[in-house]
Amino acid sequence: MIELGHFAAFLALGLSLAQAVFGLKGERRLAGLAAVTGFGVMALSFLILIFAFMRSDFSVALVANNSHTLKPMVYKIAGAWGNHEGSMALWCLVTIGFGAIAAATMRTGRETFEARALGVQGMLAFGSLAYLLFASSPFLRLDPAPFQGAGLNPLLQDPALALHPPMLYLGYVGYSFVFALAAAGLMEGRIDRVWAKEARIWSLAAFAPLTLGIALGSYWAYYELGWGGWWFWDPVENASLMPWLIGAALLHSVIVTEKRESFAAWTALLAVLSFLFSILGAFLVRSGVLTSVHAFAVDPERGTLLLLGLLAYGGFALGLFAMRAPALTGGKPWQLFSREGALMANNVVLIVATLTVLLGTLFPLIAEAFGRTISVGEPYFNLTFVPILVLILILLPVVQAWAWGKADLKTWTRWAMGGAALTAVFLLLGVGVMSIPLGAAFGVAVGVWLVFGGVWEMKRRAMTLGRVFKMPARVWAMTLAHVGLGLFVIGAVIETSGRYEATLALAEGGTGTVAGWEITLKEVRAIEGPNWYADKAVLTACKGGASAELLPMKRFYPAAMMPTTETAIHKTGTGDLYVALGEQREVDGQARWVFRVYYNPMVDLLYFGVVLIGLGGLLAMWPEKRGLKPSEGAA
Amino acid sequence: MRARTRRLYTFGIAALLVIAAAALAFFALRENANLFYTPEILAEKGLPKEGREVKVGGWVEPGSLTYADGGATMRFTVIDNSPNTITVSFTGVAPDLFREGQGVVATGRFSPEGEFTARQLLAKHDENYQPRELKPLEAGG
Repeated sequence: MIELGHFAAFLALGLSLAQAVFGLKGERRLAGLAAVTGFGVMALSFLILIFAFMRSDFSVALVANNSHTLKPMVYKIAGAWGNHEGSMALWCLVTIGFGAIAAATMRTGRETFEARALGVQGMLAFGSLAYLLFASSPFLRLDPAPFQGAGLNPLLQDPALALHPPMLYLGYVGYSFVFALAAAGLMEGRIDRVWAKEARIWSLAAFAPLTLGIALGSYWAYYELGWGGWWFWDPVENASLMPWLIGAALLHSVIVTEKRESFAAWTALLAVLSFLFSILGAFLVRSGVLTSVHAFAVDPERGTLLLLGLLAYGGFALGLFAMRAPALTGGKPWQLFSREGALMANNVVLIVATLTVLLGTLFPLIAEAFGRTISVGEPYFNLTFVPILVLILILLPVVQAWAWGKADLKTWTRWAMGGAALTAVFLLLGVGVMSIPLGAAFGVAVGVWLVFGGVWEMKRRAMTLGRVFKMPARVWAMTLAHVGLGLFVIGAVIETSGRYEATLALAEGGTGTVAGWEITLKEVRAIEGPNWYADKAVLTACKGGASAELLPMKRFYPAAMMPTTETAIHKTGTGDLYVALGEQREVDGQARWVFRVYYNPMVDLLYFGVVLIGLGGLLAMWPEKRGLKPSEGAA
Repeated sequence: MRARTRRLYTFGIAALLVIAAAALAFFALRENANLFYTPEILAEKGLPKEGREVKVGGWVEPGSLTYADGGATMRFTVIDNSPNTITVSFTGVAPDLFREGQGVVATGRFSPEGEFTARQLLAKHDENYQPRELKPLEAGG
């Protein structure tokens, strides 16, 4: 059975080569046909792989190494991509899938351009399939087949993490087609309105799932690792943040190219970089060159291959860019104070912010080359990334109202005064009355400013309430994303500055107090699940009239010989009371259990904000109604 | 505004921002990059600047683990291939794979007396994953 999957993947390899050859020769129809057929064949191959996991066919090496008969069915299925080989197969499937969907839906009226884009996508698919088949094949047999599998890493047996890789890959790999479009556009020497319309849709198709994928991963780390935080500036996290930042810059610059045909070369460059940074991310995660708390499926040799791929793709696209970009013509003229200028500022800030993340992520490698072992943590990023980004967040509500070409600066002073007044109110209230730190009060003011600015811009464009619901999807999308960004900032600032944490060592019947919550340990029970056993603590938490039962667990998975932490979270409405169970300790001849207790205010708001950004990205893909004046389209 | 003037402005502003970011990054890295200490390196180089966050790595000396603060704080000794040791205290839950005799990497600060207070502990995971900082140690041992 698995041999059929193996064969199908080889067939897909051949078809992607055909797609590349036909596409680059300009045969739109044949390249499209190869893409669609290739997708069908690769989907079959991937389904066969999933089926092997579902049946626990341990004669397949990958299944034997990563699955177990006692595992719940949903994790058997998710196990198919919860490992290096399987996730590469998913990567290939998504690459081919984007090409196939593009082949079926692209209607730019430019046959050679579309053919070439499909051709480049075919090349990318060929590269990843070759890597899959020759360097990390999931289809290998094991002889003799073991009776039982080694089990999936128990940390990965979780609903959020079952969905996280596919989402993230839709994002990473989605940028492959943006890359292909940029390469094809550069070959044609035409990066114009038509090109930008197509590139914008595909960059949204990558950006929205990438956003949601990062949110899922962060949420998983929040409740599964038991560390109480949602972002650790870990290299693996940074690896996903960098393409997201480049993608966000691209989303904004492609609008300028679409509406005004300006920024053509810059947009093409960002389109190329978005995918290169995705591969860089895969390289950082997979090669193990950096220390990460989420290190997953690490293999230095494969890292070398990924690095070679990165260099090959990068050399190809950047070479093409260097040859063709100078010939691209500029669009309509614009002044510095204009929507173009504002979006340029957005791009510059996002790129500089990306570079600070890149530097912080790679610096340990650079230092190691000089013989010093160091690491770069949160304080570095708080000092660099955060202030740089705050710059653009403060400007956003003001400049999003600016017109194309030349802005009317009369409202500028009114905005500046409004912003200053809002900040003053927050600083007075926050620092003076509620005595919270200055930075936190300022951060919340920035978040509120963004939410207010997002809503205000909608009001400005719609003029009347009745017209709000008739506004184009793009305007709604922008409002959602900017309001979401504001909510995220508010949540992130309050969570970071207001987090409260403590360690309790309790004997059964013992009580401790954290953030006003009186926490009592009733008992610790031994329980058993389908493929694990656990110590489960029964805690009650009381504060004022409110009370809650918290049941944190420490699980042990015998198949993988690995313990995991299952945190207990009580939602109070304004935050999370969060408890992780630690080990048992002998203290003064008495058995005590250790608990890490956190109070994390406004965590849900933070995730809600990120989800709004992702939904905004999806909504922005909604087809535009015809006959709209360009001036009514959103920026 | 002519395109050339505008380009000049754009590049000027971008360059300013890049320079500011580079200065920030330089300062932040100088102040915040965590140097790595083993007992041997500590004996050789002495204590880092007071208040500076660093990392400490080595093996947990068997039999050295004790508890304080009613069990909330753990104290243990970190050793390497040298005769030197570092005393580490940590308030919190030990990582799942924390064991006496196993590798550990702690992030935190030294007191003027040379005792290390950790804010985060990472333990060696398994054969496939271990903190990179400990690799040179293993090779030496």
